[in-house]
Amino acid sequence: MKILAIVEQRDYKIKKNAYEVVATARSLAQQTNGEVTALVIGDNIPSAAAELGAYGASKVIAVQHPKLAKYSATAYAKIAAEIATKEHAAIVLISATAMGKDFAPRVAVKLDAGLAADVTALKIENGEINATRPVYAGKALTDIKVTSAVKVLTLRPNVFPAGTTNGATAAVEVVDVPLADSDFASIVTTTSQASGKLDVAEADIIVTGGRGMKGPENFKILEELAGTIGAAVGASRAAVDAGWRPHEDQVGQTGKTVSPSLYVAVAVSGAIQHLAGMSSSKYIVAINKDKDAPIFQSADYGIVADAFEIVPAMTQEIKKLLGK
Amino acid sequence: MKIAVCINHVPDTAARIAVGSDGKSIDKTGVTFVVNPYDEFAIEECLRLKEKNGGEVVAISLGGDMHKETLRKAYAMGVDKAVLLKDETPRDSFSVAYALANYLKELNPEIIFFGKQSVDGDDAAVGIMVAELLNLPSVSTIVKLDVAQGKAIAEREIEGGLEAVETTLPAVFTAQKGLNEPRYPSLKGIMQSKNKLIEEKAPAAASSKVEVVALRKPSSKNAGKIVGTDVSAVPELVRLLHEEAKVI
Repeated sequence: MKILAIVEQRDYKIKKNAYEVVATARSLAQQTNGEVTALVIGDNIPSAAAELGAYGASKVIAVQHPKLAKYSATAYAKIAAEIATKEHAAIVLISATAMGKDFAPRVAVKLDAGLAADVTALKIENGEINATRPVYAGKALTDIKVTSAVKVLTLRPNVFPAGTTNGATAAVEVVDVPLADSDFASIVTTTSQASGKLDVAEADIIVTGGRGMKGPENFKILEELAGTIGAAVGASRAAVDAGWRPHEDQVGQTGKTVSPSLYVAVAVSGAIQHLAGMSSSKYIVAINKDKDAPIFQSADYGIVADAFEIVPAMTQEIKKLLGK
Repeated sequence: MKIAVCINHVPDTAARIAVGSDGKSIDKTGVTFVVNPYDEFAIEECLRLKEKNGGEVVAISLGGDMHKETLRKAYAMGVDKAVLLKDETPRDSFSVAYALANYLKELNPEIIFFGKQSVDGDDAAVGIMVAELLNLPSVSTIVKLDVAQGKAIAEREIEGGLEAVETTLPAVFTAQKGLNEPRYPSLKGIMQSKNKLIEEKAPAAASSKVEVVALRKPSSKNAGKIVGTDVSAVPELVRLLHEEAKVI
């Protein structure tokens, strides 16, 4: 099976999730006696592109154009579909990131392909690919089969391993895809990144505060704990609706669905719509003074006590452990 | 300015989800259905665009008779017309997009809005597929929109930040929470919505490209260990995270 792995880069840096996509493509290729082509799109191709060979790409295709310095959904979709056709790809893998989710549905339509979005597990059975994806924000899972000849899959970040490198490098082939002005009908003009802010969707550890934090000023103790362990700070819907935290920090069914290795829920009661968004975390810690809070039913470790005493003590204890 | 908003009728986010007897869809018994939360932001933005620029807002939903409830809510909020593309059979995202695109082509609006995703299937794909089928640009997951002189600048959420996207019109937008604060329907609006006409149409047929093999509940983990009930439990918790879970 020929697999096209689309590599996300921002500011000439290949994103971590792109390695996950290439490594997953390699794993599918190994099971189906196929091969992996990686596609990198931009105005200048990052030098790290050749290193994608080490993650399993047998070939790297680079499509360059001065206007591709900024992301454009229409142009990216056109390029991805043309390269998929040219390479006779049966499967196109894309990260389910803000960018990937934005252009993958277009690629699927162009290729007359079914789309399996935000996939969290893949299995090859009798030469057929089966995908599992969460629905209802993770309250349920569906096992699906894409029935079209070409299949487009987006992979949830942080779920698939980025794999190990074998030190191989792949040849980078620059391919020209003719682009007209009309292919850039929508284009990014500016990007503003909150400086140094780690997004909950990308974080490996998340410390989330709920209604029991009582006010925005009290999130300071969560930020201190998060800073000590390299975590992002999340918020429950109650904390966001109260205006204490921005909505991009919200975890849950109307916020982000996350699967970090460690999720620390502080003064979060554990409403079903919150649990849906975080219950696939590898380890869950709950700190709440209400022993009957539903969050304890999902937690691996719990402390039934006042968060305002526990969290600063945790920060101190971890600092001690890490020798900070 | 002609504006279209495509909306969906979905289980309330507080609903518990159980697997139905077919093993492929949910058991709807006792589940409250509501307007998809992200679609409320979409409706609100369309109403604001109309209030500023004039024109009309048409709400469209594809689904069974129960979707009329959601279309009535759209009426109550202030849309001018509601259309049900009536279809009781489940469809995949592509098939829904195909039918919507077919209707929208005829309607020919300048702005088409969706919620960023339906909180049932969570595909986040239909709006963008509609844009592709109509050969229109799109900006998804937006938290801000400015429309002027035949083009729009929208801000969309990306990991750890925002990006501004400039697009020609007509275009498709999908709404993220934060775009606005949806209005509550007035009592008068609710009363009037009960008598308004919901136009019913047969949606264009399209075959699905994705087949659901099974719907299942994620394996639930057993409630874990209560490490303690006061600050003296902290060193033990940190030790467990470090030595047992190995996550710090």
